[in-house]
Amino acid sequence: MLVLIVGSGRTGAAIAKRMLKEGYEVSVLDESPESHALLDHGLDQSWEDSGGGFTVGTALEVDALLEAGIERADVVVCSTDGDNTNIVVAQIAKKRFQIPKVVVRVHDPYRAEWYRQQGLQTVSPTQVAIEMLTDAVLDGGGSGAGDVIKESR
Amino acid sequence: MYVIIAGAGKVGWNLGRELISKGHEVTLIESDRGRYLTVEEEMEHSIQHGDASELWVLERAGVVRADMVIAVTGDDEDNILISQVAKEKYLVEHAISRVNNPRNLEHFELLGIRPVVSATDLILRLIEHEVPHHGLVHLLDLRQEQLEIIEVEVVESAPAAGAAVQDIVLPEGSLIVSVLRDGSGFVPKPDTVIQAGDEVLAILSPGDEARVCAQFAPSVNGDGDGDREPEPQAT
Repeated sequence: MLVLIVGSGRTGAAIAKRMLKEGYEVSVLDESPESHALLDHGLDQSWEDSGGGFTVGTALEVDALLEAGIERADVVVCSTDGDNTNIVVAQIAKKRFQIPKVVVRVHDPYRAEWYRQQGLQTVSPTQVAIEMLTDAVLDGGGSGAGDVIKESR
Repeated sequence: MYVIIAGAGKVGWNLGRELISKGHEVTLIESDRGRYLTVEEEMEHSIQHGDASELWVLERAGVVRADMVIAVTGDDEDNILISQVAKEKYLVEHAISRVNNPRNLEHFELLGIRPVVSATDLILRLIEHEVPHHGLVHLLDLRQEQLEIIEVEVVESAPAAGAAVQDIVLPEGSLIVSVLRDGSGFVPKPDTVIQAGDEVLAILSPGDEARVCAQFAPSVNGDGDGDREPEPQAT
């Protein structure tokens, strides 16, 4: 099973390494050759020697997607730092390459919600942070401590 | 008409100014603060600062009552998404997008974003028209409508040279719409005789170029693309 990760920043690289460790075949596409360093970091040997794939290219270039193996990918993760790039690439992956599972990072919670309604599997780190911070505030800080405070009231 | 223009670069700014002078209501949206301040000196309340691909920015600009959204930022992803949400979420009737990189055109088409305008493409066509080396010029492609208009110069040995229009065999759905001869154009009648050296404008279905050209300039490679692209790059 091939997992294609588009965008190898902190998030993309971490997911890539995790997936490789879980035993999946992993291919990473990023426009910057330097992003490779983050993939190597923390591994005993280089990313390639560990079995990972790496392609330098722009996510919107079909040639780059093909080189990264999108045609045989079972999962595509869109995790570049641009919401717009992620949303467009995700739609290309679904509509053009018929990828069964496409996961998209969208920082903007409003658009994450709307595109979820349109059938994209979006994850909004901002929304997650909003919920966790709100919970922390309402709980009086930290889940454990909050319970204690609530109980003592 | 109320028009929202995303991107106040050269295209957006001038477009906004022209539309206002024609009596339309316009809001420009520009994400670069420096550029926004420059344009704001002239356009005043007709420009807002923000990222037009964010929903709240479009909503603040009044997208729900817009008759048209024009996406002319320098980013194709942004233009795709702005047009997409304008039409599909806010039900704006008209959305026009700019294609910056012609190679992204296929993405616009895949996602149903149309009509689109590509400056590179337009200039390539102008080059073809100005320097007609290949005999065949694509004047207009209406991809979705499955129509195109070509211009082809009639060569001496062509079947059509010396033949009346009614006798020229063209594929179903093709039509000679105009003939340019000695610097002026006219609409041919069935008995008009085509001459070598005439430039013929024909409307046809995409894919029929080769069969149409066979009548006027048999040596021309009718599929166009392979033949016409190298020219501008070679200069």
